[in-house]
Amino acid sequence: MNFTFLADEAAGFWFPPAASTFAEQVDFLYMAILWISILFFVPIVIAMLYFMVKFRQRPGYKGSPEALHNTPLEITWTVVPTFIVVWIFWEGMIGYLDMARMPDDTVDVAVTAVKWNWAFKYKQNGAESTVLYLPVNKDIKLTMQSRDVLHSFFVPAFRAKRDVVPGRYHYMWFHPTKEGVYDLFCTEYCGDNHSTMITKVEVLSEEKYAAKLAELVKEPEDIVERGKWLYERKACKGCHYAGADGAKGPGPSYNGSWGKQVPLADGREVKFDENYVREAILNPGAAHRKGYETASAMPSYKGQLKDEQIDALIAFIQSLETAGAPAK
Amino acid sequence: MSAVTTPITAPTTTHDGATEHHYLNHSSGFLSWALTLDHKRIGMMYLAGILFAFFLGGVFALAIRIHLWNPNQDPDAAWLTNATYNRVFTLHGAIMVFLFIIPSIPAALGNFLLPIMLGTKDVAFPRLNLGSFYLWITGLIFFAYTLFSTQIDTGWTFYTPYSIEAKSAVEAATLGVFILGFSSIFTGLNFIVTINTMRPPGMSWFKMPLFLWALYATSIIQVLATPVLGITVLLLALERTFGIGIFDPSLNGDPVTFQHFFWFYSHPAVYIMILPAMGIISELMSVHSHKGIFGYRMIAYSSIAIALFGFLVWGHHMFTSGMADVTTIVFSALTFTVSIPSAIKVFNWLGTMYQGTVALNTPMIYALAFIFLFTIGGLTGLFLGALATDMHLHDTYFVVAHFHYVMMGGTLVAFLGGLFHWWPKMTGKMFNDPMGIVSAAIVFVGFNLTFLPQFVLGTRGMPRRYASYVPEFQSLHQLSTVGACILGFGLLVAGLVLLHSLFYGKKAPMNPWGGATLEWECSSPPPHDNFSHPPAVGDPYDFANVEYDGKTGGYYKKKK
Repeated sequence: MNFTFLADEAAGFWFPPAASTFAEQVDFLYMAILWISILFFVPIVIAMLYFMVKFRQRPGYKGSPEALHNTPLEITWTVVPTFIVVWIFWEGMIGYLDMARMPDDTVDVAVTAVKWNWAFKYKQNGAESTVLYLPVNKDIKLTMQSRDVLHSFFVPAFRAKRDVVPGRYHYMWFHPTKEGVYDLFCTEYCGDNHSTMITKVEVLSEEKYAAKLAELVKEPEDIVERGKWLYERKACKGCHYAGADGAKGPGPSYNGSWGKQVPLADGREVKFDENYVREAILNPGAAHRKGYETASAMPSYKGQLKDEQIDALIAFIQSLETAGAPAK
Repeated sequence: MSAVTTPITAPTTTHDGATEHHYLNHSSGFLSWALTLDHKRIGMMYLAGILFAFFLGGVFALAIRIHLWNPNQDPDAAWLTNATYNRVFTLHGAIMVFLFIIPSIPAALGNFLLPIMLGTKDVAFPRLNLGSFYLWITGLIFFAYTLFSTQIDTGWTFYTPYSIEAKSAVEAATLGVFILGFSSIFTGLNFIVTINTMRPPGMSWFKMPLFLWALYATSIIQVLATPVLGITVLLLALERTFGIGIFDPSLNGDPVTFQHFFWFYSHPAVYIMILPAMGIISELMSVHSHKGIFGYRMIAYSSIAIALFGFLVWGHHMFTSGMADVTTIVFSALTFTVSIPSAIKVFNWLGTMYQGTVALNTPMIYALAFIFLFTIGGLTGLFLGALATDMHLHDTYFVVAHFHYVMMGGTLVAFLGGLFHWWPKMTGKMFNDPMGIVSAAIVFVGFNLTFLPQFVLGTRGMPRRYASYVPEFQSLHQLSTVGACILGFGLLVAGLVLLHSLFYGKKAPMNPWGGATLEWECSSPPPHDNFSHPPAVGDPYDFANVEYDGKTGGYYKKKK
């Protein structure tokens, strides 16, 4: 067995890389509690083992049957731990308040969580992406919303986490201190592909960040390309696969369906055409496909996509057939 | 139940040659069990039932660990699909919590022992007692139905709005939980009334065995908290059926309200699980050290303190859910109040061993393993109670490891210790002690190997409930899987030792360990009526007159 968890140079035995200002405080408190715990645990185990040997039942030895009682000792082992936990609580609260207090001058990013994708929109120029690009050494503010169920935004390297509850906005902030690429996980169970709701955070130098944003904002001119661009950014990709291998995702795959009759859960058949795709996007429950009865529900995109964006998506889906991709 | 009854159908003989009648051969036939009002038989039926549930939950646990041997980033190569994995971990959690741990100690051991420890014939409401067993069976049937239909994939916490839109059998599971809740409430009610009204003359509150204090504290929680769970799951089922908009944000409901409701029960439920375990450990440490318990009153008070504080800390399950900052800070402060009474108990148990005569037999080894594992479980709670560290550790494997140390390392290990301790009383058979110790050692090693790596995984950022993970976590996951297999093997050995004793075990003496509580003053197994004369009540932890008798291999109380 090779211990790959030691391979990452930036990470210690316990922690992932430390890449935000929160890391120092969290890691310090973690190590403090760890040492306090060891200071309690080791004497407890030593006392236990010592008593097991010293007072063990054996021929020629008989211990005392009388119950002991020692008030000073009992007060000590009540009061000392109390002071210690008060300190731990206090330190934890201070750290939490730092995380909760939003700084004034921030770089703002809107986060949309939807089964099972993260989408980011940059206030600066309206660019969109599915990997979170951030400038280093700036205060970042996230305004987060969920389109369907509970999700939770977690970047271990930043020691930062916040649940995203549908129907309200959630805010969080952090201050990345190190350039690099870090994992971003969803940590609130959200259905079938919860464990694939993973993306990356790329912390870039200021120049590279500006260049990235300029590049991201360019929506492709060609309608099929624009459909693909939207397919990747509007969370279609998480469930509906479009690969030529015909792999089946949590929802029906796009490849090779265009123009065919497809069976529905209620026994009807419909033609997979412009009208079908449009209805499936705006009112996903209306024509439920056979074989996906127990699949997780898709949220409606009514009001989320403009008509010309739906047209682009239709053109993209249509292109998967006309390009001669093998249908499975 | 046949496995338990068959070997003992013929009346056994006592050492003085007379035919002995006890509760197992008092009557025979299926109906004599199915319609029994005898708390001992109901306890034994519960024991068989919860062990079956534990086996089922354990199979799902092993499936989880085997699946996580590989990172599974290519779903086509994975052993289980993501959807199947989600069902497996949900069923593991739901079965273990609702069908196994919550009823385990109170309903099986508590039912058997509570009246005997009080020197009475039965609980206050024997029919209600049988009724709560059948409610448990009904709950089991609902869960069996979900197993054979579309299962459930919501996690045992049923968080909305996912549980509202999920297409799996959520209604059946929530109704099962609702019914199991009533089973739990009835048992709690029965125990409270029995302890309040049926204590024998001379047994004041502070002459009660600590196991009964623990069961009393547990019963209070069961009666007060379980109705909240009942109404929560009922509202969830109504929400799914009629779309009334309580928890569903698309109908102006609030998912965080569900979390408050759910944890208002489910956090106290943690104490429903651990308090009876602490009660068992108090008995085991004292009896097997042949020494009065250190700080009896502090242990008794701390049980009640834990039960009451336990109602005020549910918010610590929701530190990242977007509660107001003040609420979050207050819940963090309250959470730390629970740590003190738990620490006091650990110190008192160690104080009990000091200068005692410590018998290192199977129940005691399990009790010592409990202290080791529960201390780790408790101390790692400090990391999660502190807000700054919890922001990082919340919903990661650190939490998974922490609650397994408390619930499995704590409750399950104490349950096994208690089962070995009272097995001779319950079945009238002695088990193979060296093999019992071997089982405890394997369980201990396997348990630590399973869950210690998970603390590191969580700290390094591995989220819970993931069917696949990034490859850098693989070696720690593999360690954990190896540990789980060892743990499963250890539990198998423990089961075989007990099973073996039923067929080949020596006849158990009245008092094999030298206990001073009343259950050791009736024969093993107890007669149908428990005691022919009301036993004299003394100090439950007065070991001064308890002497060993080489002839019977047991202890007896010297007349003063």
